[in-house]
Amino acid sequence: MSEVEDRVRKIVVEHLGVEEDKVVESASFIDDLGADSLDTVELVMAFEEEFGIEIPDDAAETIQTFGDAVKFIKGAQ
Amino acid sequence: MTSQLMAGKRGLIMGLANDKSIAWGIAKSLSDAGAELAFSYQGDALKKRVDPLAASVGSSLVLPCDVGDEASIDALFESLKAEWGTMDFIVHAIGFSDKNELRGRYVDTSRQNFLTSMDISVYSFTAVVKRAAEMMTDGGSALTLTYYGAEKVMPHYNVMGVAKAALEASVRYMAEDLGKDGIRVNAISAGTIKTLAASGIGDFRLIMKWNEYNAPLRRTVTQEEVGKSALYLLSDLGSAVTGEVLHVDAGYHVVGMKAVDAPDVTKE
Repeated sequence: MSEVEDRVRKIVVEHLGVEEDKVVESASFIDDLGADSLDTVELVMAFEEEFGIEIPDDAAETIQTFGDAVKFIKGAQ
Repeated sequence: MTSQLMAGKRGLIMGLANDKSIAWGIAKSLSDAGAELAFSYQGDALKKRVDPLAASVGSSLVLPCDVGDEASIDALFESLKAEWGTMDFIVHAIGFSDKNELRGRYVDTSRQNFLTSMDISVYSFTAVVKRAAEMMTDGGSALTLTYYGAEKVMPHYNVMGVAKAALEASVRYMAEDLGKDGIRVNAISAGTIKTLAASGIGDFRLIMKWNEYNAPLRRTVTQEEVGKSALYLLSDLGSAVTGEVLHVDAGYHVVGMKAVDAPDVTKE
């Protein structure tokens, strides 16, 4: 497990209040982890802050799952 | 220093979304100064965010309000009246526009979004101040949030700039209407802060950088700093200030051209 995955998982667990083992690669923030539309914006903002990167709106819309987030962040670093 | 400034004062905070909200910076500063707070929210998604924040400043008065609906506003103030009887201040941190129109050209704004933006971002302040004023039997202070895009053209701000210009004008007219009752009405024009609402504005990061490089203080501002200035306007410290738009923007509004030493943000 990579360091990026750990840091992203920590943010997701804290923000959505879900069990760590639910945050798997295919887990959809909205469908599986109970996020609402504001949560998804807040998560993107939290990722930007944690990793010092920019996630433009059109990219943010493609980040639906935990795996999507990790992949985007690794690519942006 | 400010611990007693708002002791015995009660007021409503409208438009809190999360702990990044400017409204939260203001709420904390008022609470630290001894104020008793109530909060309004729109919809369950916001309620679940506002509840814990309100609890953390000792407030259990968390009430629903859709500012687009007169009956909902009436219900909010009826609840407040039943709970408090009177109130001393109100903070309005509400605005709305279709985010698809916060990019591209202003001239392409649709009539429907223009009217909705004006209704939610401008008229709502007038509607709530009118009702709050009726409860401000011993004078009071009302505050709204605006942005420099009301005065000058900012990229992507578009219809919100037009709405904020109208909001600032409404501050001046209400200052006159309510001044004789000892009620002050002001606005804070805050510098760029990364909030949930700001995430809807195109190229916001570039706008933040530009402000950081070019504001006289060479930085952006924080929610806490807006909170401190709000405390001034809402407390007795600002007792002779009304109809004012106070810039809390690290001085950005005095700048006429890119600073000589500022990097070119478009090349980053």
